[in-house]
Amino acid sequence: MRESRGGSERLRLAWITVGPGAFWLLLFVLIPTLLMFVASLLSRGDFGTLSLPLGLRNYLRFFSDPVYLEIIGLSVWIGFWSTLLTIVLGYPLAFYIAGSKRKQVLLLMVIIPFFTNFLIRVYAWIVILQKEGLVNAFITAFGLPPADLFPSTFAVYLASVYTYLPFFVLPLYAAVERIDWSLLEAAYDLGAPPVRAFWEAIFPQTVPGLFAGFLLTFIPAVGTFVISDLLGGGKVVLIGNLIQQQFTSAQNWAFGSAVSMILMALVLLGLWLYARTQGERGMDQLV
Amino acid sequence: MPAPKARGAWTNWSEPGGNRNSTPSYAYLERIMKRLLSVYAWLVFAFLYLPIVVIVALSFNKSRYGVSWTGFTLEWYSRLFANERVLEYLGNTLVVATVSTTVSTIIGTLLAVGLVRYRFRLQNGLRYLLYTTVVVPDIVMGISLLLLFAEVRSLIGWPRLSLLTIILGHISFQIAYVTLVVRARLMLLDPALEEAALDLGANNWRTFREVTLPLISPGVVSGALLAFSLSLDDFVVTFFTSGSGSTTLPLYIYSAVKLGVSPEIHALSTLMVGATILVLVLGVLFWRNRG
Repeated sequence: MRESRGGSERLRLAWITVGPGAFWLLLFVLIPTLLMFVASLLSRGDFGTLSLPLGLRNYLRFFSDPVYLEIIGLSVWIGFWSTLLTIVLGYPLAFYIAGSKRKQVLLLMVIIPFFTNFLIRVYAWIVILQKEGLVNAFITAFGLPPADLFPSTFAVYLASVYTYLPFFVLPLYAAVERIDWSLLEAAYDLGAPPVRAFWEAIFPQTVPGLFAGFLLTFIPAVGTFVISDLLGGGKVVLIGNLIQQQFTSAQNWAFGSAVSMILMALVLLGLWLYARTQGERGMDQLV
Repeated sequence: MPAPKARGAWTNWSEPGGNRNSTPSYAYLERIMKRLLSVYAWLVFAFLYLPIVVIVALSFNKSRYGVSWTGFTLEWYSRLFANERVLEYLGNTLVVATVSTTVSTIIGTLLAVGLVRYRFRLQNGLRYLLYTTVVVPDIVMGISLLLLFAEVRSLIGWPRLSLLTIILGHISFQIAYVTLVVRARLMLLDPALEEAALDLGANNWRTFREVTLPLISPGVVSGALLAFSLSLDDFVVTFFTSGSGSTTLPLYIYSAVKLGVSPEIHALSTLMVGATILVLVLGVLFWRNRG
């Protein structure tokens, strides 16, 4: 491209453009993560501060206590099932939007909840599910006893699906938009019945979007502490709640850091598997 | 490619539904599926909008408790506006969003240009760092920043957890989003345009300002809008990097919700939802007018 121009000039420009961003990410992303790793090897000192000696006792504590293993199991379990429910709701929706004449309007209708404040969306479910809420007003109008819907695990599922649905629909929609429908015609011409034609000609084309949407739903659902905190009312303790407790009420930053490292390892493992199957283009699709 | 467009409207065989006459037995089935799909989709839309509609309706409801409609009132709005703390929190939220968006848009745009235009060592590492920043759960980012600020403060007595630390935190996740959005736009750009400017004698800065920047400006604006709304929306990173006197609206809603449901929060939520819709609709109209 510009090889003819001076190499030192190019080096200077590379520094000017990349330098500030690289420096910022080093200072506020990479170094804090390393700090978190070091903190996870330390112990709780007096007044909740970090203190020596170094060791793996926080990790040993986590993996030897069934309570913590249950917490991580529950986080993955709830994250997985709410993601699956999100797919059930969102997958057909993406097809409907892509096939509609009013695409722009429908897309905007998905984007509006997406950009509506996260806490408001969670809060709205309290209003609907609480004892004096909308659902119970409806039930009691028929003379039935009010249901105990909030706080509950059910409420956590519902709010998770609700919160992450737009996260899933938007990347999937991008994939559905690019579908080559002539493959469906080809499948029909070759005598495939409709279900098989869809499964073999259309579904594979949506797989990259499906993966991207899955990750964008699953990762925040596993890491959440707000939804479980507000809608689980202390009954539902996920890995995010455990981390938050260690940094607030329990004041054990060392253990909290270790749990965060475990959460991050879990996420990076998922990301690595994704990158292996989807490659660089797949990574871009995540944004 | 675009030439036979007029004829294509009649003979567009690649369109779904175009070649149906060869397989007429499925036409009926397909109609039923389409009908079912639209019913399903509108049920999902109802699910998406039910909570929002409930909150908006209740914000105008006279009754303080429960969901039964007892009459129209604006009382909760007037109470909200009389609450000076809420106005202060709104101010904090906007200051954080404005400052962090400005800084992250500049740094992120430069970084995108550098990543696309130059080859350097650790480039792949930097790119994966960006992806990781986007994907890692926000609680991990929040506590790692808390650790950083606490450690630095114990060494040099600065910074106290405040609006400044919130802003530093927000910039850190915004940069990744801005960079990836602008980079996507830059990769569509024909490098020949910049080379032409350079060959015509423009220096690097002038080429960037008069050729590159106008061409990538839609990407820069999208990136900035995304960064701004991420900042307004952020609760988790703010939660861990804020101190006393630096409450933002999401933090306030969280603490208010922990105390219980209240019509003032309905009113505040309604205003925030209204602002979101207004900004999005204006944004769409703006882009449409620009083609």
